[in-house]
Amino acid sequence: MPASRCRQVREMSTQGHSAATTIADRDTWHLAEEDDHGHDHGGGATYIGFWIYLMSDALIFASLFAMFGVVSTSYAGGPAPREIFELPLVALNTALLLASSITFGEAMPHMEAGRVGPTRIWLALTGLLGAAFVCVELYEFSNLIAEGAGPQRSAFLSAFFALVGTHGAHVTVGLIWIVVSLVQMSRHGLSEDMKRRVMCLSMFWHFLDIIWIGVFTFVYLWGVLR
Amino acid sequence: MAENTLIKTIFGRLTLESLPIHEPILVGTFIVVALLGLTIVGAITRYRLWGYLWSEWFTSVDHKRIGVMYMVFGIVMLLRGFSDALMMRAQQAVSFGANQGYLPSHHYDQVFTAHGTIMIFFVAIPLVVGLVNFVMPLQIGARDVAFPFLNNLSFWLTVSGGMLVMLSLFVGEFARTGWLGYAPLSELAYSPDTGVDYYLWSLQIAGVGTTLSAINMVATIIKMRAPGMTMMKMPVFCWTALCSNVLAVAIFPILTAAFLLLLLDRYVGTNFFTNDLGGSPMMYWNMVWAWGHPEVYVLVLPAFGIFSEITSTFTGKRLFGYSSMVYATVVITILSFLVWLHHFFTMGAGPSVNSFFGIATMVISIPTGAKVFNWLFTMYRGDIRFELPMMWTIAFMLTFVIGGMTGVLLAIPPADFVLHNSVFLVAHFHNTIIGGVVFGLFAGMVYWFPKAFGFKMDPFWGKVAFWGWTVGFWVAWGPMYVAGLMGTTRRVHHFDDPTLQPWFVVAAIGAVIILVGILGFIMSIVVGIKNRDKLADTTGDPWDGRTLEWSTTSPPPQYNFAFTPVIHDLDAWYDMKSRGYQRPEEGFRPIHMPRNTASGVILSGLAFVFGFAMIWYIWWLAALAFAGLVVVSIGHTFNFHRDYFIPAEDVARIEHARQPLPAGA
Repeated sequence: MPASRCRQVREMSTQGHSAATTIADRDTWHLAEEDDHGHDHGGGATYIGFWIYLMSDALIFASLFAMFGVVSTSYAGGPAPREIFELPLVALNTALLLASSITFGEAMPHMEAGRVGPTRIWLALTGLLGAAFVCVELYEFSNLIAEGAGPQRSAFLSAFFALVGTHGAHVTVGLIWIVVSLVQMSRHGLSEDMKRRVMCLSMFWHFLDIIWIGVFTFVYLWGVLR
Repeated sequence: MAENTLIKTIFGRLTLESLPIHEPILVGTFIVVALLGLTIVGAITRYRLWGYLWSEWFTSVDHKRIGVMYMVFGIVMLLRGFSDALMMRAQQAVSFGANQGYLPSHHYDQVFTAHGTIMIFFVAIPLVVGLVNFVMPLQIGARDVAFPFLNNLSFWLTVSGGMLVMLSLFVGEFARTGWLGYAPLSELAYSPDTGVDYYLWSLQIAGVGTTLSAINMVATIIKMRAPGMTMMKMPVFCWTALCSNVLAVAIFPILTAAFLLLLLDRYVGTNFFTNDLGGSPMMYWNMVWAWGHPEVYVLVLPAFGIFSEITSTFTGKRLFGYSSMVYATVVITILSFLVWLHHFFTMGAGPSVNSFFGIATMVISIPTGAKVFNWLFTMYRGDIRFELPMMWTIAFMLTFVIGGMTGVLLAIPPADFVLHNSVFLVAHFHNTIIGGVVFGLFAGMVYWFPKAFGFKMDPFWGKVAFWGWTVGFWVAWGPMYVAGLMGTTRRVHHFDDPTLQPWFVVAAIGAVIILVGILGFIMSIVVGIKNRDKLADTTGDPWDGRTLEWSTTSPPPQYNFAFTPVIHDLDAWYDMKSRGYQRPEEGFRPIHMPRNTASGVILSGLAFVFGFAMIWYIWWLAALAFAGLVVVSIGHTFNFHRDYFIPAEDVARIEHARQPLPAGA
């Protein structure tokens, strides 16, 4: 291989699209040097991979919403939404979760700037709000079950518990993730790896917020209106 | 009494009676399996291969090795699934009139359920995923997939699921519901034993693996193509892999949700798919088929890709209508979401709904037909070499087109009302899945085998496999079309009408001919290994290929390509060969690679234990395994040392050991 052929074409995008126009030299057969963290190990692929995962998770929720939609009036002689939902409690919960998204948003500029302390504080605050959300939800569930409106009572209640419970389980996973991140940040600071992970966690957390808005609207508000 | 409670707490509902000691067929099977297993374990121990297997294969994150492991797993499960098929054919061939056959009905029902479940989830999916895993990164000029550890985990989760299904043979029972576990039959009220739980947990675990793998492949194709490879310069196989995996990402969550709800019904007592308290069994059907119909395209699209690669290679021509092939693939991907209801026209959704889904179904035949014409036009005036991959391709075209046409027939709702749940339908989907997916997989395996191992499979036994499968297929399924058209329903353990018997006898003979094909396939590997020097591929390009995977050695080095290739043309390797490409022999640099990890094996082992414990209501063990899953997952995230560099000298040494290229030719 003559060395002259080994041209450096680092500026070429791995994304193909733009590369097509920049490859003027049709005798260049390979990259002589490459970015270690570029295309070959998928560092840049993490975000798109995580997005795709979120979309697949969204489809689990879509299925649960569809299930809820089909049986949302199948009360089987049991309680209807209006009789069991306490909107003030749900409003509180919604406020807690939305506030937690704001606090997470506050953490991100600090993370970008590499300030470990403030990032951890805002993340911890997010975790506290999220934990409060889960507690309120568990309180609501236990009240419903005590009233005889448990998941076995009717298809409507089954679907309600499955949808809201799956969301709650996701928030719980998010809480564990926050705790793990706090520990890892105290050990490793904000390395590139850590930043990438916190970015994914942030996407996950906001995603759960969006799902909750759907739950709040279609399950609670719409249910009570009906 | 207290002792009983204690035993129940420890063992859940697992008792000595759960072991099928009273069933001679199962005892015999167990002895054979146990002997075979002991022989293999003994041989591995004897030749001290455990360490090698563990460090080089089981914990490997190399996409090529994971791909090969998927293939081995798929072929082993094929043997199991095919044994089920032989048992069914034997039963139906003799069970007429006074003769009840040799299988009791509750066993027969498990056999057909296990056959379908295994063939789709643990044969077709692993084989397709395995081929994509092995071939796609090579074709796009990448060194691995986007998430190498996830790839390893996906594989082992699939194996966990498969092992649970296998275990149900000897501990407890498998489902008797049919391969999709239709509610309300699969509800606790009608299937109180462990069968459906085995089914649900094994598929949930394997399903997580399939979803993660699909995400991985999509991210790889989007982000890791070699420079210059625009989407429209990507080999067709990669396009079909992309569409197939996008589909998989979109549908597996639906199946996961449906199974989750059924599990809740069975374990918590909810009422999603029950007959009473407002449950909606048909919602289960809708959900599983919203997964199920696209799933057949998840499987067949990569097969289409394989045929495209092979047709173009063995006719020595650029693929006819590349862009129409790509658009046809994308259109099929989208349309496959709009047809699920044709699996239950008889639900009674009404004429307008049925018409919509009937027409949508027929429309799919248009892009599929475009593909067939593209292959034909590629062959037209081509310099066709009738080697084994090409033979499979032609057998596919002849077989699959008929399967497609019976599909269009079934898409007409009034006709479907007559043929619903008949063996005509069973013949139709075997026609498309065997004629499309299975033939495609065999073609792909023969085609890429030399790339994976450095020598070709034995051509004589390969031809035995080919003729066994193609002839056997028609002898086995031709009669089923006829019997189905006359009204024979599926999943029947015993027939009263003796005039049907000849058809089932012929079908059984066909199954035996397919067995010859399967044995021929195994022989072609065995004899190939024996004659590997004679069948060796020293060039890396045994078929005069056109795409990038043929530009590296057979088998490829761990890092695939010493330098990341730059692509100028759709048939990149053909372009390189014809324009005087010379392989670089100096200037090597250290190559950055992912490190092996045992986390995938450990997590999947824990998932297996968790599934087993849930199936048998052994709550303490389930809690323990679940805690283990959480702890190991979190522990894995504390490992930041996931990569290493292959030193430049090693790369140089490997590259210099290569045969001189016949390039520039």
